[in-house]
Amino acid sequence: MTKSLPTDLAVIPDKGVDGAAARLTPERVARVIQILLAEEGGARLKVYTETCVHCGLCSEACHFYLSNDKDPRFAPAAKVKQTLDPMIRKNGRVSVDFMKKACEIAFTECNLCRRCVMYCPFGIDISYLMLFVRRICHRLGMVPQYIQDTAHSHSATLNQMWVKEDEWIDTLQWQEDEARDEIPDLRIPLEKQGADVMYSVIGPEPKFRAQLIYQAAVIMHAAGVDWTMPATPGWDNSDMCMYTGDSEMMARLKKVHFETAMRLKTKRIVMGECGHAFRSVYDVGNRHLGWKMPPLPMVHAIEFYYELFRDGKLSLAKKYDVPLTLHDPCNVVRGRGLHEMARFVIHKTCTTFIEMHPNREHNYCCGAGGGVINCGPPYAKKRVEGNRVKADQLAAAKAKGARVIIAPCHNCHGGLEDIVKYYELDMEIKFLGDIIYECIEKGEVDS
Amino acid sequence: MMHELYGFLRGPMLWVALLVFFGGSGYRVAAMWRLARKKDAVIFNYSSGYYALRSIFHWLLPFGSRNMRNHPVMTVVAFVFHICLFLVPLFLSAHIILIKESWNVSWPWLPDHAADAMTWMVVAGCGFFAARRIIQPDVRYLTSTSDYLILAAIAVPFVSGTWAFHQWPAFPAATLVHMASAEILLMIIPFTRLSHMLFFPFTRGYMGSEFGAVRKARDW
Amino acid sequence: MEHRQWDWDIGKKKIADFHQWRDLYKQVQEPVVSPDGETLAAVVEVEDMVFSVCENGKLWENTFDRIWYPRFGPNSRLAALVSTEAAWTVATADCPWEAVFDFVWDPRFSACGGHISAAAQNEGQYNAVTDGVAWNASYPSLSGLAMANDGTKTAAVVQTVPFNSGDIFQFQEGCYSAAVNGKPWEHNFLNLWELNFSPDGRSLAAEARTTLYDYTIVVDGMPWPASFESVWKPVFHPADGSVTAPVRKSGKWFLAKNGAIIWEKPFLQLWHHQYSRDGRCIAAIVAPAFGKWTVAVDSRPWSLHFSDLVTDLAISPDGNRVACVGCTDGRWAVAVDNRCWNDRFDMVWQPVFSPDSRHVAAKVEKQGRFFILVNGRPLKQTFSELWDPVFSPDSTRLMVRGIEDQNSGHYCRYVFQLSDLV
Ligand code: HEM
Ligand code: SF4
Ligand code: SF4
Repeated sequence: MTKSLPTDLAVIPDKGVDGAAARLTPERVARVIQILLAEEGGARLKVYTETCVHCGLCSEACHFYLSNDKDPRFAPAAKVKQTLDPMIRKNGRVSVDFMKKACEIAFTECNLCRRCVMYCPFGIDISYLMLFVRRICHRLGMVPQYIQDTAHSHSATLNQMWVKEDEWIDTLQWQEDEARDEIPDLRIPLEKQGADVMYSVIGPEPKFRAQLIYQAAVIMHAAGVDWTMPATPGWDNSDMCMYTGDSEMMARLKKVHFETAMRLKTKRIVMGECGHAFRSVYDVGNRHLGWKMPPLPMVHAIEFYYELFRDGKLSLAKKYDVPLTLHDPCNVVRGRGLHEMARFVIHKTCTTFIEMHPNREHNYCCGAGGGVINCGPPYAKKRVEGNRVKADQLAAAKAKGARVIIAPCHNCHGGLEDIVKYYELDMEIKFLGDIIYECIEKGEVDS
Repeated sequence: MMHELYGFLRGPMLWVALLVFFGGSGYRVAAMWRLARKKDAVIFNYSSGYYALRSIFHWLLPFGSRNMRNHPVMTVVAFVFHICLFLVPLFLSAHIILIKESWNVSWPWLPDHAADAMTWMVVAGCGFFAARRIIQPDVRYLTSTSDYLILAAIAVPFVSGTWAFHQWPAFPAATLVHMASAEILLMIIPFTRLSHMLFFPFTRGYMGSEFGAVRKARDW
Repeated sequence: MEHRQWDWDIGKKKIADFHQWRDLYKQVQEPVVSPDGETLAAVVEVEDMVFSVCENGKLWENTFDRIWYPRFGPNSRLAALVSTEAAWTVATADCPWEAVFDFVWDPRFSACGGHISAAAQNEGQYNAVTDGVAWNASYPSLSGLAMANDGTKTAAVVQTVPFNSGDIFQFQEGCYSAAVNGKPWEHNFLNLWELNFSPDGRSLAAEARTTLYDYTIVVDGMPWPASFESVWKPVFHPADGSVTAPVRKSGKWFLAKNGAIIWEKPFLQLWHHQYSRDGRCIAAIVAPAFGKWTVAVDSRPWSLHFSDLVTDLAISPDGNRVACVGCTDGRWAVAVDNRCWNDRFDMVWQPVFSPDSRHVAAKVEKQGRFFILVNGRPLKQTFSELWDPVFSPDSTRLMVRGIEDQNSGHYCRYVFQLSDLV
């Protein structure tokens, strides 16, 4: 009993989606869906779609639902009802227009944040189902333009931002030079065989936020860490192909990333403050390649900072005294339980910490993750308006005094910046690394 | 005629219903297991008994999850509904007497007035769920006709059972309706959304394993 | 100099007092060692932001604003990437190329060490340079430089069709090709990766993506007749010119030759396959099942397996033995011929076979100390830095190159009689 869709939610124009739709026929749509259902639709797909009792207990988990005045179409299970259910019921015989809408829902109305998993009595994983829809979209070549362009960058350069091989090296050397003005004996050791740690980042860092590499180098230096960065592709741990449904490319990216560390013979990989990249290296990309867990230990920056403070590797010159709150990123909190470690680091480095509510595993998504922000400007308004609850949640923390939001994830940064601006919250957003950089003794600590 | 029908429903049809229920349930779970082995083999690598049970425990415990606390009325109704749904058929004196007559086995039963009350709770639960499906917009949006039919499939054997028990007008017919509808209910469990009963331990256990053993987080 | 002519006299030679360098220079970067073990070199900072290279205690005469990636070629000649006032070039043994570039990187040596190539960029245009001579053509982007063994050819993936940022449909038409000595293949592809020359340098193979979801192998510009869900690096047969590559079909990996599957046995993963020198046998790193890693020789997997990973596959010169590095639960080990050596380590480097294939040695690390294993047994000395062991051409001796960890901190070169060790 699919109700016809009201026109106020007509499909948002997008060059990628519309361009693909113009070339698709219903026959091809049906064939691709049939093939994917048969080849890749396993027990999870079947059980999830057949077990859902349509109880709506997951609805209030979803920030899209809550922010859109509880519009039923944004309830997690409703997203399945509007996409996969008809595809399965009709064995793929859905129209191209239907696919456009399904594409928009799967790519821009779900952050794959897995909050609803914690609200469904059965643990039905809506994000898994939305990824399945995206997989179908990928195989139809129907993916929003901006994120598809990013996927192309991944394929051509093995990083997210079309950063060329020389530009990457040049950026690291430039950051090293900059940092040496502050700390004369600092190095960003490139290609150091056998270092303890390979530090990997996401494509946007060298492109837009090179300062973060500088800060990481200062922290590594201050803590006396034996570390290195690769001078070859494989330095980027990010992965929009995981989110466009291009699993094969995702696997290729993860292979290059891990094999770069294996080539450098580092004992583990420490990564910057990024959530989606963590997901792709920790329990998605590695699995596609047959590695049960990451082949080398994969340590998110939060955990790394936690270790450094726990082991007394860093000492503080001062504490950060602006009252602040913490946004728990889905992919490292629901995805890796790092919330207490983040709090440990904050209590070490900051004077006044104010919890936002809900928090920890129950925190609301920033609205940017899951590749949604990467779908670009056409969907930006919808994304920000689709996360009014986040604004309310931040405003409540602000009312208690918080002026800074720590968001230890790149996507969260982007998402929260947009929200803070749109809802005029006037709060500052920082990485944990920003705070640590500001507060530590930067000279070498004797160990 | 009525008598023959009664005999049929109490005899062969009951066996068929039990067979379809148990056989169908076994088949569904086995088929799904096979499919999982074939297509989702990866997930078996992450299953963890401890974390599966940890999650299942939190979701079988009333108010054990945050979402249950967020929806106290729904939680109470759903728990009462499910508990009564289980207990009444298995511990109803009338059922146990029939079983004793046939096979000479028996076990303690519920006092009749308690069973009667519980029956009405199941029916009320169905009513509550149906009302929810009509009133609450998100649930209404998710609801399809089959969801109402499933509620009816639950309500009918309970209402008709009480009817027969209280010997209200035309109760012999009610008895037949009760038996037929209960048998139908048993038979459709494995093949409709009611199979959530079969798959709950698996879906919850899998998620519990992923959250607990791999992602080191809670999922309740 | 041939390996035979290296100094194979038994004993220990002190080559350089590395620790003293640290007192002499503001900064001493990671040292590198020549294949013959006779030279230790490191980039050093002689004055503030003025860099040179120290080889066995002697500085290069030239200094630069920056030097990095010093590497010894097979003939023990040192090359490094150097820059002066933002102009980059390659310096070999203290002698920079005359040509300078806005950037050079990824230097490669030919098999004999006589030629050096690198990727280069000038004003946003890219090409490759060999011994200071650049391709005639240049491109808006270049990646994945490859060099033929004899050093006469270089190839790289280049962008041949310009497209505006965000023009996803143009990209999907195929905008990349492989350029060999500057000349691109006739066809364009969505992507090309892992360019690989045939041993004689006449042919070039690559992984290719021809649509968003079709992958194949391309040899000299011609795609295989079949396409797959994915492919890994193609390798040429040492003699007959055929090409094999791992290919993915219905979610499983197979080994294919010239487009047709030759290992019928499906693997959950299959990569880094290698031919024995005579081409008779192929070994590969495989996962017969999820989270189970091992080596397959001619499609037959070992019974031994590791849970975390297998890497650094090595085939003996006679083609009869295979070794690898494996890791289970974070503990690293060496495995040879389906048997795992006893000890576990914090890290293990690629095992090395003796020329007669009878011995295997590997560098390992435990608790911050490095040492050498020979046929599974550790040598007594431990080092603070160590390089891969080298067997003598007659397989009777073993050269160990390392910086001692006790007292001195000297870089020393040892030659041991193998019969004393095993
Ligand atoms: C222990 C396992 C079970 C769990 C966790 C479970 C959970 C749930 C949940 C969460 C609902 C949603 C309430 C709603 O519809 O809004 C529900 C509904 C229902 N369950 Fe269960 N259930 C279980 C076993 C059973 C069994 C054994 C039956 C018996 C046949 C059953 C019959 C029903 C019925 C009839 C509904 C109402 C469906 C509707 O609202 O349309 N359940 N169950
Ligand atoms: S955005 Fe999060 S809560 Fe909403 S449907 Fe997607 S995964 Fe569920
Ligand atoms: S809570 Fe679970 S069962 Fe209920 S509607 Fe949502 S996904 Fe379906």
